Amino acid sequence: MKVYLDNAATTKVDDKVLKAMLPYFTEEYGNASSMHMKGSEAKNSLEKSRKIIANSINAKSSEIYFTSGGTESNNWALKGLFWQNFPKKNHIITTKIEHDCILKTCEWLEKEGAKVTYLDVNSEGFVDLEELKKAITEKTFLVSIIHGNNEIGTIEDIESIGKICQEKKVLLHTDACQSYTKVPIDVKKQNLDLVTINSHKIHGPKGVGALYIKEGIKITPLMHGGGHEKLMRSGTENIPGILGFAKASEQLSKKELNKMKIIRDKLIEGILEKIPNTKLNGPTGEKRLANNINISFMNIEGESIGGYLENENIFVSTGSACMSNTLSGSHVLKALGLSDLEQNSSIRFSISKYTTEKEIDYVLKKLPKIIEKLRRLSPLIK
Amino acid sequence: MAFEYSEKVMENFLKPKNMGNLQNPDGVGEVGSPACGDIMHLEIKVKDNKIEDIKFKTFGCAAAIASTSMITQMVMGKPLEYAEKLTMKEVAEELKGLPQIKMHCSTMGIQTLRKAIKDYREKNK
Repeated sequence: MKVYLDNAATTKVDDKVLKAMLPYFTEEYGNASSMHMKGSEAKNSLEKSRKIIANSINAKSSEIYFTSGGTESNNWALKGLFWQNFPKKNHIITTKIEHDCILKTCEWLEKEGAKVTYLDVNSEGFVDLEELKKAITEKTFLVSIIHGNNEIGTIEDIESIGKICQEKKVLLHTDACQSYTKVPIDVKKQNLDLVTINSHKIHGPKGVGALYIKEGIKITPLMHGGGHEKLMRSGTENIPGILGFAKASEQLSKKELNKMKIIRDKLIEGILEKIPNTKLNGPTGEKRLANNINISFMNIEGESIGGYLENENIFVSTGSACMSNTLSGSHVLKALGLSDLEQNSSIRFSISKYTTEKEIDYVLKKLPKIIEKLRRLSPLIK
Repeated sequence: MAFEYSEKVMENFLKPKNMGNLQNPDGVGEVGSPACGDIMHLEIKVKDNKIEDIKFKTFGCAAAIASTSMITQMVMGKPLEYAEKLTMKEVAEELKGLPQIKMHCSTMGIQTLRKAIKDYREKNK
């Protein structure tokens, strides 16, 4: 049995998605900018896909811009608005638990003259709304807060954040790569000005995403060239990818989502019950992403757990320093206030609609033995 | 795994040799902290200037566990002078290589071994 529990990293492409994409590689392969029939076929498919994505977040088609994925959309939102507002306004507010593509972009912008406030979060990863209010100044042009956290599954109260930003007249961007399709996104109800979404986290192909930009917002393009996407994002549209993205956005049913929550809780409860000295990181219940489980196994290092799990054909991620190429630990777990030991002993299991109860039973059978063995090997247990 | 580990590393990681503690060890060495993500612990028994027995415990990644497991095998039954001169390069070679970013694991293992021998020598002055 092979158990893939790293769906927050990326997902398997849904068969229906792949099937929908295939003709666009070899039959309807036209360039949407071409004037001839092959071009209009592609253009039609592109616009149909745009409509589907727009509807999924209650936006207009004209407000959806396709990109190469989450990283590009996040880079574009931050840099594009900075270039539009600097030097009149130079202040960005974000959090300490953003994805690296937000944090590294902010660090880069600081060198360009931006001032960035990195909001703290509480022990479950939630932003303090009062802190946010206090941080907004006359120089603030953007608040960027992740919707569903990729490491610990925290779903921020984006609607309340939206209200604050609207009252204070600052733009709100959210990185919704992890939450998209799993948590309702309604750009009107939630007062969202820019939203990053992508395809490969929702059983669509890699290399495609979108940025929702509310009508009327001025933003400088990141890509210059042939003037695609209404001059805002040059580069020949990835038609099969965009079509697959749109198809993928329609696939997750309510029933499947509920099943994911049941499986998530089965794994959480199973681990906490069967294995002593374990701790769930992030919130529980409806405030947690349906696919995310993050647990610290005290006194053992995360990569070693990951390695033993891999030996049993179970694939997971760890927030431990050892696993990364930089040997630095997780900034998200650190922001929660976890000790070095708790940070370095964490494992993220991320499920998908394809994860079965049988697979979870298999994990719950193998994991206690692995933890027991590694604890016998731990110098922290005398 | 995210890193390309040799078969020898995987073997020593998944089935480590000489793990655990000794009864009344003659020398003990420990290096590392939870912050850096690795802690290595070695205990030795010495007889006639030779390492008669050695056990280890390691909190760390595959490379850290494999390095300490390998070190115990390389110095078991060997004179202290030999063990003191063992280098990280020799350990890494015996493991059929370590990823560059994990080389510090074998260095830490060597430091732990030297600390254990030093501890023995100080106790037996």
